[in-house]
Amino acid sequence: MAFRISSSPHVRKDTATQAVMQKVILAALPGLAVQCYFFGWGSFIQVLLAIAVALGAEAAVLKLRGRTIKETLNDQSAILTALLIGVALPPLAPWYLVVIGTIFAIVIVKQLYGGLGQNLFNPAMAAYVLLLVSFPVLMTTWAAPLGLGADNAGFVDALKVIFSGVGAPAFALGIDGVSMATPLDTLKTDLSMGLTATESLQKPIFGGSSTGEGWVWVNLAYLAGGIYLLASKTIRWHISTGLLGALFVCSLVGFALSPDTHASPLFNLFSGATMLAAFFIATDPVTAATSRRGRLLFGALIGVLIYVIRTFGGYPDGVAFAVLLANLCAPLIDYYIKPRAYGHRGHS
Amino acid sequence: MSNFKDIAWQGLWKNNPGLVQLLGLCPLLAVTATLTNALGLGLATVAVLIGSNVLVSLVRDFVPKEIRIPVFVMIIAALVTAVQLLINAYAYGLYLSLGIFLPLIVTNCVIIGRAEAFASRNSVPAAAFDGLMMGLGFTAVLAVLGATREILGQGTLFDGADQLLGSWAQSLKIELWQVDNSFLLAMLPPGAFIAMGLLIAAKNVIDKRLEAKKPAPEPAAAITRARITKVG
Repeated sequence: MAFRISSSPHVRKDTATQAVMQKVILAALPGLAVQCYFFGWGSFIQVLLAIAVALGAEAAVLKLRGRTIKETLNDQSAILTALLIGVALPPLAPWYLVVIGTIFAIVIVKQLYGGLGQNLFNPAMAAYVLLLVSFPVLMTTWAAPLGLGADNAGFVDALKVIFSGVGAPAFALGIDGVSMATPLDTLKTDLSMGLTATESLQKPIFGGSSTGEGWVWVNLAYLAGGIYLLASKTIRWHISTGLLGALFVCSLVGFALSPDTHASPLFNLFSGATMLAAFFIATDPVTAATSRRGRLLFGALIGVLIYVIRTFGGYPDGVAFAVLLANLCAPLIDYYIKPRAYGHRGHS
Repeated sequence: MSNFKDIAWQGLWKNNPGLVQLLGLCPLLAVTATLTNALGLGLATVAVLIGSNVLVSLVRDFVPKEIRIPVFVMIIAALVTAVQLLINAYAYGLYLSLGIFLPLIVTNCVIIGRAEAFASRNSVPAAAFDGLMMGLGFTAVLAVLGATREILGQGTLFDGADQLLGSWAQSLKIELWQVDNSFLLAMLPPGAFIAMGLLIAAKNVIDKRLEAKKPAPEPAAAITRARITKVG
């Protein structure tokens, strides 16, 4: 046999990027399905549109950069980014939002920095923030959950709303019949109007459950996907645990100090994009810290930031901003937290 | 007159203050949300730049080296004040929309940079021409950036041109498409940074293409000596 001389690591596992990406995409599908069940076909259409645009944009940039197109497209990272953008956008948002966002994510955030593995920021979250800053009204109007408002948009109706901006006949009353603020947003508005959290939670959008109609199921589905990723060792537990733990502790402290003005820890864990962030967004290995302790800290930082932005910030959900800010801190975390090399005693 | 041709080439393209020297980025990014604002600030900068270059070139032999920068700054400040008062008097709307960036022309590095690097070493006509060309180069970048951002952000061109040119210019406004939700990013400073980066990239691409088109210069005939017996 041939002896190869190379530097460490000596034990390798041939896990192709493609296999990892496929597993993550697969794990996100239950969440997407639940989202479609509660909020109509919109999310599904957004995801398809985002994937088409992402592949087109990536191929165009790769051609400009003189790289191999087919091999790079095959790693499916663009599809994952598109999927995350698609599920993060409001289901009935007009088509140009997802097109602008996806092109921005792939061309500016990912490829201009050098492509997969080189980007400083999570492309999907950067795109989300771009859209949130550019189109605040459209981005904070979410489709009404099943059983509230008008009937859920069917496939064709959702297509019509997304592409023409005009409601199908069933929605002639205007977009307000099928869309409303998210539970997080409603709670925030109510609290600012002087209602207590308990009073706000009586509203129909929270649907008797303490976290909001539909949202708890969406989050549970993403949690299930996340557990699959952990079990298949596609992701490590550090980031997700750090994120959920920090969010839980922060909201517990807030809730204990002033239950009237703060949502409960459970509400924070199972509403908005918490689980999606914990298992699918923050765990992006490119933009996270690299050491284990570093990742724990990285996740905790995101958790604290999500809580701070949700509670004290101007936007209803803070996942995207929290992830981007933590992305900025990742090099600093890596600088200060270095795993001790075997046999090395450190500075003492 | 190849000297003047060279000055024009330097100012408009090769050494463009906006794209290559990256001077005056603050107003460049802050006021280019619409084409009108961009042109207004660009023209004001051109006026100040020509004036300051001429004056600096006139006094270049009388100013002691040690205090030249304060002198230049005072000359520029006087000119900026004059331009600001003129705009205040004749284009009040523009004056309001340019805001603080009008007096801030004083600190625009393009102006002090040209005064120091060019005007203080060259004759008056050359300095004046350099001021004009550098100013036009800067204005061109402002205008392209302003037009791009206005089209992306509002779908219009020359919105508010009447503030700059008088009420007849209202008819100049072109509405390219109707936007229900304006693309805010293009109007905000981050959009300006991104657009600026893309503009610089585009310039570099054009330069590369030009370079590639140019026939490679003949390698200079190397001096070959059969044998070197002695050095020096």
